[in-house]
Amino acid sequence: MDTIFGYPGGATVDIYNELVKTEIGHITVRHEQGAVHAADGYARASGKVGVCLVTSGPGATNTVSGIASAFMDSIPVVVLTGQVPTSLIGNDAFQEVDIVGITRPCTKHNYLVKDVRELSQTVREAFFIARSGRPGPVLVDLPKDVIQSRATYKTIKEVRLRSYNPTYEPNAKQLPKVVKLIRESTRPVILAGGGVILSGASDALRKFAKKIQSPVTATLMGLGGFPASHPLWLGMIGMHGTYRANMASGECDLLIAIGARFDDRVTGRTDTFARGAKIVHIDIDPTSIRKNVPVAIPIVGDCKITLEKLNKILEQEDLGDFKKIRRPWFRQIEKWKATQPLAYHQEDMIKPQFVIEKLYEVTKGKAIITTEVGQNQMWAAQFYKFDYPNCFITSGGLGCMGFGFPAALGAQIACPGKLVVDVAGDASIQMNIQEMATAVQYNLPVKIVVLNNGYMGMVRQWQQLFYEKRYACTEMEAAPDFVKLAEAYGAVGLRATRPEEVEQVLNKGMSTKKPVIMDFVVEREECVYPMVPAGSPITEMLLV
Amino acid sequence: MVANESTKRNILSLLVDNKPGVLSRVAGFFSGRGFNIDSLCVSETTDPLVSRITLVAMGDMAILEQIKKQLNKLINVIKVMDFTDTEFVQRETALIKVRAKVNQRAEILRMVDIFRAKVVDVASEYYTIEITGDEGKLSAFLRLLKPLGIKEIARTGVVALAREKK
Ligand SMILES: Cc1ncc(C[n+]2csc(CCOP(=O)(O)OP(=O)(O)O)c2C)c(N)n1
Ligand SMILES: [Mg+2]
Repeated sequence: MDTIFGYPGGATVDIYNELVKTEIGHITVRHEQGAVHAADGYARASGKVGVCLVTSGPGATNTVSGIASAFMDSIPVVVLTGQVPTSLIGNDAFQEVDIVGITRPCTKHNYLVKDVRELSQTVREAFFIARSGRPGPVLVDLPKDVIQSRATYKTIKEVRLRSYNPTYEPNAKQLPKVVKLIRESTRPVILAGGGVILSGASDALRKFAKKIQSPVTATLMGLGGFPASHPLWLGMIGMHGTYRANMASGECDLLIAIGARFDDRVTGRTDTFARGAKIVHIDIDPTSIRKNVPVAIPIVGDCKITLEKLNKILEQEDLGDFKKIRRPWFRQIEKWKATQPLAYHQEDMIKPQFVIEKLYEVTKGKAIITTEVGQNQMWAAQFYKFDYPNCFITSGGLGCMGFGFPAALGAQIACPGKLVVDVAGDASIQMNIQEMATAVQYNLPVKIVVLNNGYMGMVRQWQQLFYEKRYACTEMEAAPDFVKLAEAYGAVGLRATRPEEVEQVLNKGMSTKKPVIMDFVVEREECVYPMVPAGSPITEMLLV
Repeated sequence: MVANESTKRNILSLLVDNKPGVLSRVAGFFSGRGFNIDSLCVSETTDPLVSRITLVAMGDMAILEQIKKQLNKLINVIKVMDFTDTEFVQRETALIKVRAKVNQRAEILRMVDIFRAKVVDVASEYYTIEITGDEGKLSAFLRLLKPLGIKEIARTGVVALAREKK
């Protein structure tokens, strides 16, 4: 950990007074929600724990959306909150809230430190819990008198908690059973989730897929866990998954899910999901297994360790004829691919999909992409081809508008040499636009690509498709001029209104060494397709 | 909760860290899913750092299975035992304040005797009776006392331990 994202206040002023004397960097955000998203983005881009420091009361409550987002996506973040002195707790003191109570259901664990002698142990535990097992946010509440008192620092080499022992090593008896199913399968599919990225399993996954000659799909959280340019890649699964990925998941006879939790956006109607398939489920969290779908072979363990063990067993197996056995399956997949690609038609107005395709070309697929929430998020997922892990950073589980920009700042701190781009909607970007001041202050040259459709597009899409086009309260009838807005912050603003300007604006934006907002005025009523209506089988898609 | 085939009375026994907030974490898993906790009993074990929570809840087995896994995942929960389908002993104690008119006192005392209960307080119009037993015994006793007029009841909630192998 080298950087804290935070915002000071009365309850934490003592910590700040000491913090500035240390080597630890501090990014002063403009809103505490931004601090947590930034720490989240930092954690995802670096693989390290992200850290936030905020004051009591409103500082603490402002972190809740950020914490809930990190919780849903299993991201290791430690949030330190100031608290009123222990003698005042429970007194409705000034800027007192029970943040431990408030965040109990959306943290992996949380603590109220009541004695300074517990402090070093607690902080150690917090980091240990945040990053181990299935990672997640941990909050530590620090009353002012505890912060102000002195104690001798005890070095703690290793944290041991008798009630917390994540299982990393898979049960060895299960693995040969998986190999047997692989041998018997003619139509396998691998489903990669966020766990593949969190455990650093993408190399092992590539080897595994190649060896068993299975096509691979991924959840939104799993994008980048398997290279999108790989011949075995099917594209994303789920509500806005590719036609072939959803069809293949519907028709497969073996589904090997790795670090995925069968979210309803992935499965559609669960009783029809992968109906003819035997499901193997590898996950470090036993509560994810058999939660939503029946599983033939459950394996509790770390994705990377489990895949490496499977690869070792498979090395000894002769699977030479697999390519031949799977040929009809691949032929079928090719057919699906040919009939229904992710289609759109670039006409007079800029199509948002076209912007993302150009973004991919201009950045040569090498950027870290964060997203806001809505159509922009889905188009980024569909049209940017992610070949590397830790490069697609999105609020998947919570779907928290306002995530992408502060997360991009965190990612930029973690990877100073990389190009970091927030793919944004015109509504979402306004939820944490204040962080532009943070970007300017710390020279974080993050690029924002606004797909400006003048609507809360994803909600409008639902209204168009399922609510007789009654666009109730989803039009952004007043909006800032994003170019002037960027300039007002001391950043750079660019705009494209015609298709032929897109590439030029992207090139200019990407080569600018400052934070940039690129405002792409796009087709207002474009929809994301394919789309599986909520609660339908994922093989029943609405297409362009 | 409406009982159906998959609904069952579940007795869970948890060993947890004896710390503030732990009960709230455990209870939160039930309330968060709209489950009612029928009875709850918490006390220290032989290890002062560990408490035992005995908890009775009616509910759908599939959801309870999920709750059990989630409880296991809580950092402060050391062990979760489900007694629903195992051999176990359970006891509950109740204090019952029952109307004791002069002409009914002999009857009450007879019942107290049969159920091996105890009269722990005597007032001019009321007896307070202490009774310990399993669910069946307590409800039978209450059913018999009811016509006499029960003024108040306090029950401890079920405590339970698994039976050792014979
Ligand atoms: C904090 C928050 N509030 C509301 C929503 C519901 N919501 C989901 S997508 C969306 C529209 C987003 O609009 P915009 O950012 O312009 O993206 P577009 O879909 O137009 O690309 C809304 C309101 C949400 N996900 N998060
Ligand atoms: Mg929009």
